[in-house]
Amino acid sequence: MLIFERSSPGRHSRSQLAHSDVALAPLPERFLRKTPPALPEVSELQAVRHYTRLSQKNFSVDTHFYPLGSCTMKYNPRICNTLASLPGFSGRHPAAPASHSQGVLACLYELQEYLKEMTGMAAVTLAPMAGAQGEFTGVAMIRAYHEERGDFGRREILIPDAAHGTNPASAVMCGYKVREIPTAANGDLDVDALAAVVGPETAGIMLTNPSTLGLFERQIVKIAKLIHDAGGLLYYDGANLNALLGKVRPGDMGFDVVHINVHKTFASPHGGGGPGAGPVGVSERLQPFLPVPLASYDGVSYAWEEEDEHPQSIGRLSAFGGNIGVLLRTYIYARILGREGLARVSEYAALNANYLAVRLQEAGFTLAYPKRRASHEFILTMKKEAREHGATAMDFAKRLLDYGYHAPTTYFPMLVPECLLIEPTETESKAELDGFVEAMIKIAGEAKDRIQYLKGAPYDQPVRRLDDVRAARNLDLAWKSDSEVS
Amino acid sequence: MPYIPHTEAESAAMLAAIGVSSTEELFDEIPAELRVGELAAMPAALNEIEIAHLMEGRAAQDAIGSCFLGAGAYDHHIPAAVWEIVGRGEFYSAYTPYQAEASQGTLQLIYEYQSMMTALTAMDVANASLYDGASALAEAVLMAVRLNRKSASRRVLFPTTVHPRYRQVVQSLVGNQGIKLVDLPYDESGRVDPAALAYGESDCAALVISQPNFFGALEEVDELTNKAHANGLLVIAVVNPVALAILKPPGEWGETGADIVCGEGQPLGIPLSSGGPYFGFMACRQAHVRQMPGRIVGRTEDLDGKTGFTLTLQAREQHIRRSKATSNICTNQGLMVTAATISMAILGPEGLAAKATACHANTAALKATLTALDGVELVFEAPFFHEFVIRLAAPVAEILPALAGQNILAGLDLGNDYPELKNCLLVCATEKRTTSEIDAYVRSLKQLL
Ligand SMILES: Cc1ncc(COP(=O)(O)O)c(C=O)c1O
Repeated sequence: MLIFERSSPGRHSRSQLAHSDVALAPLPERFLRKTPPALPEVSELQAVRHYTRLSQKNFSVDTHFYPLGSCTMKYNPRICNTLASLPGFSGRHPAAPASHSQGVLACLYELQEYLKEMTGMAAVTLAPMAGAQGEFTGVAMIRAYHEERGDFGRREILIPDAAHGTNPASAVMCGYKVREIPTAANGDLDVDALAAVVGPETAGIMLTNPSTLGLFERQIVKIAKLIHDAGGLLYYDGANLNALLGKVRPGDMGFDVVHINVHKTFASPHGGGGPGAGPVGVSERLQPFLPVPLASYDGVSYAWEEEDEHPQSIGRLSAFGGNIGVLLRTYIYARILGREGLARVSEYAALNANYLAVRLQEAGFTLAYPKRRASHEFILTMKKEAREHGATAMDFAKRLLDYGYHAPTTYFPMLVPECLLIEPTETESKAELDGFVEAMIKIAGEAKDRIQYLKGAPYDQPVRRLDDVRAARNLDLAWKSDSEVS
Repeated sequence: MPYIPHTEAESAAMLAAIGVSSTEELFDEIPAELRVGELAAMPAALNEIEIAHLMEGRAAQDAIGSCFLGAGAYDHHIPAAVWEIVGRGEFYSAYTPYQAEASQGTLQLIYEYQSMMTALTAMDVANASLYDGASALAEAVLMAVRLNRKSASRRVLFPTTVHPRYRQVVQSLVGNQGIKLVDLPYDESGRVDPAALAYGESDCAALVISQPNFFGALEEVDELTNKAHANGLLVIAVVNPVALAILKPPGEWGETGADIVCGEGQPLGIPLSSGGPYFGFMACRQAHVRQMPGRIVGRTEDLDGKTGFTLTLQAREQHIRRSKATSNICTNQGLMVTAATISMAILGPEGLAAKATACHANTAALKATLTALDGVELVFEAPFFHEFVIRLAAPVAEILPALAGQNILAGLDLGNDYPELKNCLLVCATEKRTTSEIDAYVRSLKQLL
């Protein structure tokens, strides 16, 4: 039932009615709306109950194991939320003067410094509001760098075929053409194919390492040299930084610019779709182009640096300073983990991923890259199950929900047929991983014995499989007050 | 080990199962010369007590003060129930609802949100959010340029009464695609003069209209919309969602209404939080929905014919369309939309209108008392919503810190963005400002002038 269907004309919560002590001179008629908006008219309890019940129809990290590859669904420590929500932080206006902003600026400045250390870069901006905006930022800086040198011939960004869709979309938003680079059979980038296309048109390459296949790009030093020798720059998509935290730094691998998804590696919550934040680190040559504002410290006090201090900046990405509330959660998380805790993240992420991969392989499932070491995630291909029984990756994904496990990432990267991209993260226990293996074994049994039943899954969720074709064909995107009540 | 559950025995068993002797071996594909030692610059770990001391200290370090700042972020009351529910783990720690059957809570909520936004804006469809108001405007500009095939122009008319930060963001985000923003100046009332819209041949794809505008003034939206449409321009409306409880919705501007609507969602229940996370909203006509960026939820049926909700029209998005997507946006501002939806449900049309009306009334009162002071002059005579501009007879660069010293955040200095508005302040009073706060502001300013 929709909140609108609980609505009764004239109902409202008196305690929520603001009033002013002053009488109002009405605004001219032509500016005013004629009928009130059709928002629901419910009591506060009705609203609270409605949305509490809706929440109960969700899977979440707090309620379920969520082995969603590429998404790093680790535990989001509650303390990060509690402290970032303190009134002194949540009530601060973005235009409050520096005299009233020292506490928050101190956190942001220190976070910039920490991220420099963790990525091995010369400078960091916290401004981008998600990974994709970080990508835009990085590629825009690459463009600014080339153009500053009078080099206008570089029109192409190179992107592996396994890359996340945001990579090519971000490159295009920066005015570039995208050229796809194939992946070799062993899962590494096809360096010969790369060498054949790198040249004076190459502005740069966007790489994820470990790649979206969950494999460390072993040729990275060679790739970096190839690109740099041709005058291009290297972009690091940090979606998979959880795999390498404290072990290898993008800066040391030769990357010129890197984004970090704090909503992955640094445990800020995904919130059912966002918000995240996508800080970007750069090597020295890109530093002049960083977006504003930047948190600065002169040894006495903290301040925001704006465009007048950074005349070559690519500009501004949001009306204010980005997703600061998210960044505070990141800061808190980094302080709680500290020097050693941060390095342990990747150790246990790798331990969990490799353990789960081995257990699933022993149980008869097919690893897409059995000869390779898993990073923090790995891919199963359900090709065999699909061929022998007609059980697809999607069928496994849906049935897992009934067993109380969120589905792994399905059908990404597209290059591996019938793939499940599995990322357990370091915060899951052995027992949880073992339970997941048991569920996968049971589902494999169902694939053999009850394929029709399996194809009807899920059964125990609020709804069964939804008709996506109907959703796209008979678009119903908003409840309308004059539409019939369902 | 913070947040890592493994006992030593478990770790040992897992290593044995993998067939390695230490976690170190799991990194054996990485060339040794790339390995980093210790993260020396990182401080040592803190426990909860220590981090709480640190953060409580920093949060308390700066007084919040009595806030008469607006300029795109507004200090509204948020019903207590809103963040209690938003903070539930089932919303807070859920992923994007790609697995629809496991995400019906988030999906239905987004559908309800889309419905509320179409009601507020009087448009047909709304998306599930963009990053913030400024970047939403950038996306709207890109969408308008894609849509206006007739003009095929890559120029957009951009009044100087639109938030100057929005202009900078739009410039940064669309500039690389060869799109040009064409200035449209304001008149002595602080608004776009519809008569000045004599662009004839200037050939633009769209006109941006901010209602209320950056100065808080109400633009003549009907006339502007009609003129733009008569010249073949699309109309992009940038609106304040709280104001829409009482102001004419963009879908009803002029003869046929605005074409794309966007804005900053922060006033709908999002804490000020130094400027983010907020959320950008966007709405449009049904006919244009395939050019709208961002996630969209649709209502459909499951295998048993039961009503359910799912992400739809995904062929617009980067994960399907890659380099041909409408936008690169992936992670959006979902949790903020959760707050806005619950907030709108609790307030209802009456609560939202009461909020908007109280803002206007408080601002009117502040304006009357401030402009009665010697040395304070009202800059623009125009109908306003909850902000207005005053010019001080003294340098604002001295007045503002002096008032801040008394914990009064007296307004935004406009001189940086508008050299002609030297010593001018943009001032706002929301429903939260009390008569005594207003009196204190006026008293303190009077002493300084
Ligand atoms: C590999 C990869 N790159 C980029 C992104 C984009 O990041 P965001 O969703 O924060 O924009 C993601 C995640 O969604 C990802 O998994």
